Amino acid sequence: MQHRAGLSAFAAFIKEITLKRLIRISLAAFVVLAAPAFAQTLTGTLAKIRDTGTITIGHREASIPFSYLDDKQQAVGYAMDICARVVDAVKAELKNPNIKVALQPVTSANRIPLLQNGSIDIECGSTTNSVDRQKQVAFGPTYFVINVTAAVKKSSPIKTLADLNGRTISTTAGTTAVPLLKKYEKTGNVDVKEIYGKDHSESFLLLVDDRVSAFVMDDVLLAGQIANARNPGDFVIITESLRTEPYSVMLRREDPQFKALVDRTLGGLMKSGEIEKLYARWFTSSIPPRNVNLNFPITPALREAFKNPNDKGVQ
Amino acid sequence: MGFSLDWSVFLQELPEGGVYYWEMLLSGLWWTLGVAACSWLIAMFFGSIVGTIRTTRSQPLVFFGNAWVELFRNIPLLVQMFLWYFVLPEVIPPLKRWVVAADPAEAQFLSATLCLGLFTSARIAEQVRAGIQSLPRGQRDAAQAIGLDTVQMYRFVLLPMAYRIIIPPLTSETMNLIKNTSIALTIGLAELTFRTREMGEYTFRFFEAFTAATLIYIAIAMTANRVMAVIERRTAVPGYIAGGK
Repeated sequence: MQHRAGLSAFAAFIKEITLKRLIRISLAAFVVLAAPAFAQTLTGTLAKIRDTGTITIGHREASIPFSYLDDKQQAVGYAMDICARVVDAVKAELKNPNIKVALQPVTSANRIPLLQNGSIDIECGSTTNSVDRQKQVAFGPTYFVINVTAAVKKSSPIKTLADLNGRTISTTAGTTAVPLLKKYEKTGNVDVKEIYGKDHSESFLLLVDDRVSAFVMDDVLLAGQIANARNPGDFVIITESLRTEPYSVMLRREDPQFKALVDRTLGGLMKSGEIEKLYARWFTSSIPPRNVNLNFPITPALREAFKNPNDKGVQ
Repeated sequence: MGFSLDWSVFLQELPEGGVYYWEMLLSGLWWTLGVAACSWLIAMFFGSIVGTIRTTRSQPLVFFGNAWVELFRNIPLLVQMFLWYFVLPEVIPPLKRWVVAADPAEAQFLSATLCLGLFTSARIAEQVRAGIQSLPRGQRDAAQAIGLDTVQMYRFVLLPMAYRIIIPPLTSETMNLIKNTSIALTIGLAELTFRTREMGEYTFRFFEAFTAATLIYIAIAMTANRVMAVIERRTAVPGYIAGGK
């Protein structure tokens, strides 16, 4: 049965190819083969960038300090600086310095669909590289490692995650912190009540107003909220961690040429130590728009990731 | 490029285990229905009273009714939700003590129900007023002529006809109310849209999750629509405005 189906499909295919089409296909093949600039045929994203003359970067609007809009509504940040290096590498690879860079804001909800349907070519933000997500997209080498932990008031008796037992805490809806917390409750025999803020500032407001005892989230995001608070000294981040998660740029799957270029570029930044300069600019110095300093030095986990560039996802 | 849809995602377990995604959406649906039903009762109750008193001849009552409608109608729903949940407890210390001690879901449900109920009551009040004012002046005169007092006049003559007239816009309002419950996600109430977004974030299957949510919302709104249509037919006064074909 299968054999016959294959035959008829082949017959249909033959019928489809008219002479005109044959000429067009062979012409196209000739052009590609004859182009001396390319040692190998470009595929995937690199071919798309060559054909359109444009690389489209997906950026976030409020992922401070990774990718966000500054006071001039420009997309800036640590991830944007890293992506600028990727753009340079693409220009060199295609031997075309006139490649245009288009910017497309994305949200955590639409970043994957927009990448998959070709609206963006690379996402530069604060996206966790997880094994689950790798079924749908690919990631570059880890450029940041976060700990999921809790911020509390300095005056509070809570010093460890276990102290959260019996407390009400806030967290932001739709983040990976939510299932982690549920799992911790089950395994650690801890009972907490959660309130979900729609964004980080709302979750933090609940802590400021003493509506909750702690705000559970990625440490760097907690640091960002605290740095912007009226009295940053009132808050402290617990050093324990529910889980560490790697962040990286997001790429389309099964796109080996572009992936190799991104790996090479980011790996080079890490090997040369240049990435530490980029890091210092965004995490330990004052950044726009309000000139606050996150005071978030490189963690041991991140140093390890810089030493051994990898794209391993978290389970 | 291009993406494939995977509908089996609803049969997958959540990362924390033990619960499936379809169950998670369903748990959101119950909150949606709960908020919608309770706030509809609040909206009908206050909407009827406020709408009615705006058609009376008492100056203070009319003023109160106007103030009510303008207050709840002129502030965006999203802002009202924020005010009820985040700001009001800060202003009223006893309320704050209760909110901090209570189960978060209870406080969110209460805030969302009150907020949506009162917001919608302002809109229903306008419809009730329009319904009453659309009645011929003769009805009011006739009621007074046969010796009914004001309450009896509204109860037995004006309101029964006014309600029949406003069933179509009331249907729209009910359907709006059901869909407006999704605003409650901004205060963290785990209703249907909240759960849908959560599911999208965990599985990265936004299209599947939102398609399911869309179908569920359509189903609820259509059900409400059909129920109201039945009420409209059943209560029609033969030969009078409503239900005449």
